[in-house]
Amino acid sequence: MRQKRRTMLYIPGNNPAMLIHGGTYGADSLLLDLEDSVALEQKDSARILVKNVLKNINFYDAEVCVRINHLDTPFGIEDLKEIIPLKPDAIRYPKTETIEDLKRLVTVMEEIEDQHNILHDEIKIHIMIETALGVQNVFEIAKLCHRLDAITIGGQDLTADMNIKSTKDGSGIDLARKMIVMAAKANKIDAIDTVFVDIDDEEGLRKETEKSKNLGFTGKAVINPRQIDIVHEVYTPTEQEIRKAYKIYKEFKKKKKEGIGVFAVDGKMVDAPVIARAKYILELAHINLQEI
Amino acid sequence: MKIIKKAQAGSFESSDILILAEKPKDTKGRVIQLNSIVEKQYGDTILKTVNAILDKFEVADIHLVIHDKGALTPVIEARMETVLLRASNNQKGTMY
Repeated sequence: MRQKRRTMLYIPGNNPAMLIHGGTYGADSLLLDLEDSVALEQKDSARILVKNVLKNINFYDAEVCVRINHLDTPFGIEDLKEIIPLKPDAIRYPKTETIEDLKRLVTVMEEIEDQHNILHDEIKIHIMIETALGVQNVFEIAKLCHRLDAITIGGQDLTADMNIKSTKDGSGIDLARKMIVMAAKANKIDAIDTVFVDIDDEEGLRKETEKSKNLGFTGKAVINPRQIDIVHEVYTPTEQEIRKAYKIYKEFKKKKKEGIGVFAVDGKMVDAPVIARAKYILELAHINLQEI
Repeated sequence: MKIIKKAQAGSFESSDILILAEKPKDTKGRVIQLNSIVEKQYGDTILKTVNAILDKFEVADIHLVIHDKGALTPVIEARMETVLLRASNNQKGTMY
């Protein structure tokens, strides 16, 4: 079954209340953050806290990712040394700009994994593209290694890097969004959209999430548990979509037995891309394809 | 592990614990002052956790002032580890 990543909830790594309750908020994915949400003088404290939380707290079905500090900082290697042995689902790497950045991360991860007898494909990697250089190189970076499982756009840092104002319509980072989605899709991995910072503007969040979905993003990062339901509503297929997908897939299985590749459902042509889309919707709806 | 300077870890936020550590002034051994919103029910458990971490790091002489706001055991353990590493000058990767 496909791992759903409609929402990725940022949880500051030095906030015990949010860390402990992380699994109860209902996000598909949790992002325990050691980077930007942690003050420089609390990096050590957050790392130890996240380590203990990973050891002891149940996050139920949520995917658990840890955003480490960049390896160019004094904290990145220490973060990996403490976090890798606890085998989170993924490591999120900030400010990835070049192939060399990702190669370096993989090398360090593999060294630590070897010390702890952890297989090299157990922990996935998510990268964040947050600079113009990262956007320029994203197509090369995206195809570098099989461990890369998702690409995220960091909208706040990217606007800062581009020296532009962050606007609600996101016009300044529109091209970057599209390039990141295309790079991810070309490599069959997920693309996660950036956060919507105005937590009181629910309508604005809904509109931006609809735009993200239409662009091809798999899901959206959220900074407050209040944002989860809205993003899920947008990303969850409607009953009508599920019924249509079910009908298409059922007909596909029937026609396949008859050796027919292209057919019509409700007067509309169904071919391989339509079937692929139907499968995707059914998987998101947790419907077992074998039972159709 | 020897405590060589004053240090603190944690916060007054709900579900957290603030721990201040220093060398005991005129005495030897462990001096622990605990103030917790759940002291009546969990005071003994908190002290047991604190002492277990002091044992793990082999700290014999220390003065701790602890303000607990309902932290769970993994949080208490994390804040204790942080304050001890800071107070013993062993913490790496921090500007503290």
